[in-house]
Amino acid sequence: MEIPEIVGAGLIVIGAGLGIGRIGGSAMEAIARQPEATAKIQTAMLIAAALIEGIGFAALFAK
Amino acid sequence: MITKFNTFWALLGLMFVTSSAVAQDHDHEVHKEAAHHEEVAHDDSHHATALHGEDSETDIKAVIKETIDHHLADSYDFHITDGIGFPLPVILFDNGLKVFSSSKFHHGHEVASIDGDNYVLYHGDGKIYKALSTDIHTAIDIDDHDHVTNEKPLDFSITKNVFMILVMAIFMFFLFSGIAKSYKTSLKPQKAGKFLEPIIIYVRDEIAIPNIGEKHYKKYMSYLLTVFFFIWFLNLAGMTPLGINVTGNIAITFSLALMTFIITQVSGKKDYWMHIFWMPGVPVVLKPVMAIIELIGLFVKPFSLMIRLYANMLAGHVVLMSIIGLIFVFGKWVISPAFFGLTLVLSLLELLVAALQAYIFTMLAALYFGSAVEEHDHH
Repeated sequence: MEIPEIVGAGLIVIGAGLGIGRIGGSAMEAIARQPEATAKIQTAMLIAAALIEGIGFAALFAK
Repeated sequence: MITKFNTFWALLGLMFVTSSAVAQDHDHEVHKEAAHHEEVAHDDSHHATALHGEDSETDIKAVIKETIDHHLADSYDFHITDGIGFPLPVILFDNGLKVFSSSKFHHGHEVASIDGDNYVLYHGDGKIYKALSTDIHTAIDIDDHDHVTNEKPLDFSITKNVFMILVMAIFMFFLFSGIAKSYKTSLKPQKAGKFLEPIIIYVRDEIAIPNIGEKHYKKYMSYLLTVFFFIWFLNLAGMTPLGINVTGNIAITFSLALMTFIITQVSGKKDYWMHIFWMPGVPVVLKPVMAIIELIGLFVKPFSLMIRLYANMLAGHVVLMSIIGLIFVFGKWVISPAFFGLTLVLSLLELLVAALQAYIFTMLAALYFGSAVEEHDHH
């Protein structure tokens, strides 16, 4: 049985989603622990999320 | 702080790279297979029959698909809505420079004859080809794989995207040079400066200084500010109903990433190159391997900059327009208002994404500049 390409793209998007979710969750926990470091945590979170997002987009173009 | 001439020249360079890149842009984002539906999106009467036709469901989907494709693609005229719009100049370099109005194509219905040469605007990919004859029906030769075999002239046209870049460049030049001038009389921000000063300060204090460092950041401020406001304003322009999709065009994000790449490499210091080719603190056996990885990373960085901005804006536009399209697909009083609400919420989200993508592009550019000028003391 042949698996359509879109399934692979879906798997990648699931992975990217989980990754970004984890980053967001961890950032939120970190902010709760250290509210004074919010700005720094947010910046690091956005950069990491942006890098993972790139992989997610690769899935869209891999079709 | 805002060195207006630096901004101006950066924009001028931007315009040059982008305009040639846009014109030479190949078939990235437009789906060509629906070429034969092309008339549907343009023609109002077709539109009406599509709404009330027998197989209205498939027709409406084709209309929506066409509308989205048309919106995402670059074009030779500025089309706002039915009957409202204006043609833009076509500049071809083919046996000498040829400049004429895109209205000569009559939206692709006629062959344009200029100084003895014939050109045709092919509906399928929206590009200009050399016509084989003066008759529109035989002017284009398409092979079995739906590829046009006609010769292509070198195309430097002011397309819709280039036009928007020029408009935005002029707007930004007058806006920021006006603000800069107002600081000569008083340090209190005036007019637009009241709104933009905190953003400029934010770019300096939160993006440039932490990533590049106190010592070198000033050199890069003009580029970072230009790129930040250029991307942000164009993203916002994409949210207006004018049908602008400049930052969702890979040629434009390519030239933005290319400039970031060039600036990074040019400002690379000794330490930067040593960290690429001969990584300190790593066993000698590993050093060549690290050099290869670092060398790949050199090109992956601007590549990811390009893809991120392009894909984010393109995906945003597609999702938003698809959900607007769903209103018409369902066409029921019960369901359609829900999609209207969803469109509203997603538009607000897109406003956030517009600023966020500008921020991330500037942030990562600053990060790369920072790595290029960084000086290590520990070895």
